[in-house]
Amino acid sequence: MAERRLAQRQGELIDRSQEVSFQWEGREVTGYAGDTIASALYAAGTRVFSRSFKYHRPRGLMCCSGQCPNCLVEVDGQPTVRACMTPVEQGMDVKHLNAWPSLQRDFLHLVGRLTPSFGMQVGFYYKTFIHPRRAWPLYEKILRNAAGLGKLDPEHRRTERFDKVHRHVDVLVIGGGEAGLEAAAEAAEQGRHVALVEEGLALGGQLAWGGPRSNGRLTALIERVNAAGVEILQPAYAGGVYEGLLVPVFQGRTMHRFRPAELVIATGSIEQPLVFGNNDLPGVMLASGARRLVNQFRLMPWEQAVVLTSSDEGLAAALDLADGGVNVLAVADSRRGADGSAIEDAGIEYLAGFQPWQAKGSKAVTGVVVTRDGEHRTLACDLLVMSGGSVGQTALVSQGGGGIRYDRDQRRYVPDSLPDGMRVVGAAAGSAAAAGAVPAQAPKTGCKQVVCFCEDVTTKDIALSLDEGFSSLELSKRYTTVTMGPCQGRMCHRNSGLVIADQLGLDPDSQRVGVTTSRPPHNPTSFSLLAARGYEPVKRTSTHHWHAEHGGKMLWAGDWKRPYDYGDGDSEVDAVHESLGLIDVSTLGKLIVRGPDAAAFLERLYPNRFGDMKLARVRYGIVCGDDGSIIDDGTVARLSEQEYYVTTTSSGAGGMEQWFTWWNAVWKMDCEIVNVTSTIAAFNLAGPNARTALSTLTDFDLSNEAFPYLGAGHAQIAGVPCLVLRIGFVGELGYELHLPAAAGEHLWEKLMEAGEPHAVKPFGLEPQRVLRLEKMHIIVGQDTNAESNPLEAGMPWIVKLDKESDWIGRYAIEWYKRRGNRLTLVGWEAQNGGVPIEGTQVVGADGQPAGRITSSRFSRRLGKAIGIAWLPVEQSEEGTAIRISDPKGSTIPATVTHKAFYDPDGERLRS
Amino acid sequence: MSFILSCPNCGPRAVDEYAYGGEVTERARTSGDERALFHYLYFRTNTGGDQREWWFHSSGCREWFQAERNTTRNEVLQVARPGELAPSREPAGG
Ligand code: FES
Ligand SMILES: [Zn+2]
Repeated sequence: MAERRLAQRQGELIDRSQEVSFQWEGREVTGYAGDTIASALYAAGTRVFSRSFKYHRPRGLMCCSGQCPNCLVEVDGQPTVRACMTPVEQGMDVKHLNAWPSLQRDFLHLVGRLTPSFGMQVGFYYKTFIHPRRAWPLYEKILRNAAGLGKLDPEHRRTERFDKVHRHVDVLVIGGGEAGLEAAAEAAEQGRHVALVEEGLALGGQLAWGGPRSNGRLTALIERVNAAGVEILQPAYAGGVYEGLLVPVFQGRTMHRFRPAELVIATGSIEQPLVFGNNDLPGVMLASGARRLVNQFRLMPWEQAVVLTSSDEGLAAALDLADGGVNVLAVADSRRGADGSAIEDAGIEYLAGFQPWQAKGSKAVTGVVVTRDGEHRTLACDLLVMSGGSVGQTALVSQGGGGIRYDRDQRRYVPDSLPDGMRVVGAAAGSAAAAGAVPAQAPKTGCKQVVCFCEDVTTKDIALSLDEGFSSLELSKRYTTVTMGPCQGRMCHRNSGLVIADQLGLDPDSQRVGVTTSRPPHNPTSFSLLAARGYEPVKRTSTHHWHAEHGGKMLWAGDWKRPYDYGDGDSEVDAVHESLGLIDVSTLGKLIVRGPDAAAFLERLYPNRFGDMKLARVRYGIVCGDDGSIIDDGTVARLSEQEYYVTTTSSGAGGMEQWFTWWNAVWKMDCEIVNVTSTIAAFNLAGPNARTALSTLTDFDLSNEAFPYLGAGHAQIAGVPCLVLRIGFVGELGYELHLPAAAGEHLWEKLMEAGEPHAVKPFGLEPQRVLRLEKMHIIVGQDTNAESNPLEAGMPWIVKLDKESDWIGRYAIEWYKRRGNRLTLVGWEAQNGGVPIEGTQVVGADGQPAGRITSSRFSRRLGKAIGIAWLPVEQSEEGTAIRISDPKGSTIPATVTHKAFYDPDGERLRS
Repeated sequence: MSFILSCPNCGPRAVDEYAYGGEVTERARTSGDERALFHYLYFRTNTGGDQREWWFHSSGCREWFQAERNTTRNEVLQVARPGELAPSREPAGG
């Protein structure tokens, strides 16, 4: 290892006193603390890091700054990790992504070799694999296996927590290069709260990787930034810029949602590859990449380098590399009139006007052919450094609503109009000294010339797409997928435009080639971060832990967790029928409507009548939309002249609060609506022994005479002030107790104690569903849908069309009444013991669907399957025989009934 | 959508704190005119431009208010308590 490193020098990131070992493809590799996975592997002799997306060509390090797809690896089971951006950690397990059986011998590479007869050119699978059509599933399987980056483990369960944080700062700076650091320091020195985001492992950008000369300046700048109190997030990256300058910044396991008052884009520029034959061979590297390895990691694994350039940046790079200890043999500059004297002074051969033609070698570079006016020269080398000039990173500017224009003098795209609050500084603003350069046109070499390294798109693919009529940049992009890979066009956007201009005979400097649209995410982003913890916490009732400790199978029910049952739903049903059961119904929505207009307000909101209600009574009501559809149901108790207590369905609580307050915002009546859902617990004690048990806890007169069915009253129960509603959703004598949630657990335990002599059982959601079905009580949203109106749902008695006031749903329901019912909601009981599944069809005489089953259960009490169905009116008479389809093939015969299956006259409720 | 919307009670907040309540419409008050009733119930103008709409501050004060917003630019022109929006400005250039 040591022999592959250059002598220690200022500016290096590695700590040579500390070794770090990790696994690569099952072998142990040792690097230094401060190494990236890529630099440590390079030091250990690794040259092939991945196989390309389509052709499985071997790929090595190219940019060393996280921009290209070449070094994507799997780390500890996580796919698509960028090796050049990830610090080594002791014991990490690093593997290749997409080669089989190994990186060195990848059989899938053969696919690429078979071109052009069996080419994987762009669009090939639509054309090649379409016949015979029935074989597509087989083709697809093979192709899916060959393409793509990495594999997801479908069995993977989340083991770590990912989080979102909302951040508000005065200034957010994206990019920690020289310009970003300066902007941040300046703003912070004015007393503003500044955060700066840097993607790389070192601050300073080119100051950090450009060689030792700039180290002093960098140190001073970092000191200034720290003294000014700039908050630095590193390594972290901005995932995009959204409307209103919302910037998601991803750091480790946290997504920071930044909402800065000012956004400073300091994303710098990115050096571009050159297009020539075999330009993706391992050993072909961007100049900035090679400089990073030499200056920051002090790697020197090469014998001899050749620099290919079309800009002054390449000349500066050649000198820096030579200074860093690299043996630079020659610089081939595709420009003819440039000044190469500094190169020659350094003793390096300068080849003016020579363009790259083709790299030599199969798994690694062994040389390069350069050309001028038909003259070819071959140079032997094992490192090929290319510099196609750099391109300002303006993607975030345009995502944030800024305009981009092509500047002919600078030969690059620069920001034009900017949205309020956005500023662009440094190279991204086009202010860098080094202007972009138009590299020479791609030669016609006959070997692959890669334009898009992520998606394996070559010059030939682009030519083909143009030939086939995809005749512009945007169309060609969609067909070839150029710029659509992980690099999001950083490495290929400029070159694909140039190749297209060349093919179409356009002036490469003309705006007509255009730019493709930049969209978030700007960087590859893990789904775990996007799916980080939401803001809706689970809701638990005051007795949640009691249920869980007593065998309650806790399930999601809307935002809540509720017990499905306590292990034996059948016996829970039996307990309610025969003696006593207790259910936690705290999840019901609860609203107080209070004020001089409370009665009038409810009259206008419900089809029911509430103004005539006596005090201390409770009434069932349904809520309709203005289109007459049933949107919720529940009970309304009148507590005083001016105060009503309204319950809603459990899932409807939030929606009903909004619905009530909305209409009151429209009507501006003199009443207030208070949502007490979470502060009030509610339990329903039900069964023939309910009165006896409850009497032991209260002085309140529970006798049928004093407190009859549909009564409402305030009582002290076991010392707890309760609102008691005598209602019967489950069909037996029952008391629904509403009480302060803080006393919930206490009262629940007291009720269980009081019920002990009667063998009380707690019952869950599922037994409750059986019990309510026996009474043919509907569940809104299960037995009704967005088209169900109360006339057809069998509740015409609720709808008071003769109310003097206007009410919500009135006009639609009047219209429905004139039209007449088409469907009707009825009960059914099955004869042959079969239990239909919910949602299945009723089969008409002609074998066609003629209705739909909305609820279905087997009732042990009744010894048969019962349920609810929507039927056409003409088939809905009491006693009509229907057939219900059964997925097993046959049908289940059943009979229509209109009355409750259990206790149809409600004697038990009223007892 | 990630624009900033000001609640008349709570001030400027990110739009994801609110629930959208749809266009401000005029309620039909008859079942006699079927066309008018159905138009009110089932049709929305889906304006590309300035529009008056309802918003509910669900993660804040839990109050309803109205806003006038340019739907193509998501520019909020004014917010007010229900029924208190100022008259619309002249549509710019149609
Ligand atoms: S090189 Fe990455 S998308 Fe083209
Ligand atoms: Zn508010």
